[in-house]
Amino acid sequence: MPNLSFTAPTTVDEAIRALASAPGLAKPLAGGTDLLVQMRSGRMRPEVIVDIKRIPDLIGIRETDDSFVIGAATPGVMLSEHEAFSRAWPGIVEGVDLIGSQQIQGRASLVGNLCNASPAADSVPALITAHAVAVIAGPDGRREAPVEAIVTGPGQTSLKKGEFVVEFRVPKPKPRQSDAYLRFIPRTEMDIAVVGCGINVTLDAAGLCTDARVVLGAVAPTQLIVDDAAQALIGHRLDDDTLSRLDAAAQRACKPINDKRGTIEYRTKVAGVLARRAAAIAFERAAGRVAGVH
Amino acid sequence: MAKQHVSTIINGEPVEFLCEPQQTLLDVLRDELNLTGSKEGCSSGDCGACTVIADGNIVCSCLMLGAEAEGRKITTIEGIAEGDKLHPVQQKFLEHAALQCGFCTPGFIVAAKALLDQNLNPTEEETRYWLAGNLCRCTGYDKIIRAVLDAAAVMRGEQAGAAR
Repeated sequence: MPNLSFTAPTTVDEAIRALASAPGLAKPLAGGTDLLVQMRSGRMRPEVIVDIKRIPDLIGIRETDDSFVIGAATPGVMLSEHEAFSRAWPGIVEGVDLIGSQQIQGRASLVGNLCNASPAADSVPALITAHAVAVIAGPDGRREAPVEAIVTGPGQTSLKKGEFVVEFRVPKPKPRQSDAYLRFIPRTEMDIAVVGCGINVTLDAAGLCTDARVVLGAVAPTQLIVDDAAQALIGHRLDDDTLSRLDAAAQRACKPINDKRGTIEYRTKVAGVLARRAAAIAFERAAGRVAGVH
Repeated sequence: MAKQHVSTIINGEPVEFLCEPQQTLLDVLRDELNLTGSKEGCSSGDCGACTVIADGNIVCSCLMLGAEAEGRKITTIEGIAEGDKLHPVQQKFLEHAALQCGFCTPGFIVAAKALLDQNLNPTEEETRYWLAGNLCRCTGYDKIIRAVLDAAAVMRGEQAGAAR
């Protein structure tokens, strides 16, 4: 990297200028836990690195009436230590907690986990199920996009030159709404998802599911929103029949690769199992909110 | 390419250095500042041998640029003891023989110290998860975990000679 330059602007506009004016590849730097590894391996050769952590509000979580706003460079530890957010969206926090070690958690950001565009990114499925929105700043001003519109393929995003995600806006849960995220790895810690599954449900007072979103990770080039799986839940209690239909819908949606972590058959089967288990947790949490347990 | 001028605080002392944009904090510590206690193992954030504390969080110094240290507070293994007095984690690593080749030890001690700074009474499970980002190929981890839990007991004042 003979021509690398580093800048640490203090405003979003300066950051956009630095990203947009670079002749070659320019990368925003938040936690760096993917970027620095990719630079060392030679997979990524940026000419300009723009450290966005000096920009006010890009680190931290703030609450509005209807949303949580998470700054782009907020490290994982800050999110899992945020009591109101952890209470609101335990599934998103479960995903964040699964990313790397404590050392990685001290730096890695939720936005970085998305924009690295790995199909196995642990924080992304539950974020999508919560209808999180990415706020993007760029040379043409600000725009918003649902989180699921950012990743277009492994390592690929829909962000244009000079654009970067400045924050996520995550709507607060409605009454009797909650979520869960599970992933399968062959060990207990420090590995990449073989399959991940985020489920978000809303129940009515009688315990029937009125709204649901099911998202699978690591079984396709991008995270998959499985509408059929959500439809299997909506209008139902979580009985054996519902679980069977959820399981089947999750398996049908899978388009996984064969690799050392799991065969196509194995990943497909596990997707159904995780969907069942995540649904059970999400339903229990949502029902618990009826009694004000959360 | 212009070098970056960085002012930071390392182990409580103001430090200034010049670094190339691509130099990691680990490179700077070892090659520019002669703080060679932090080790380079994997250079990809997997092994934890380069663990330092940056503004209160443990991080892999191989995954942080030197330029990012501007205005931050960094604690390395060299800043864990107070003068000649070992930190309880260091003392217990010796007593429990929680090291063999020693390469991973600085990272483990920095990470364990950071755990005990925020939780003086961790369970064995919490301790093992906290240290999951530190790899040791010699000890099998058991002595390390015992040393950390024992150090916690000392710091809680449950053992003689605990004063620190």
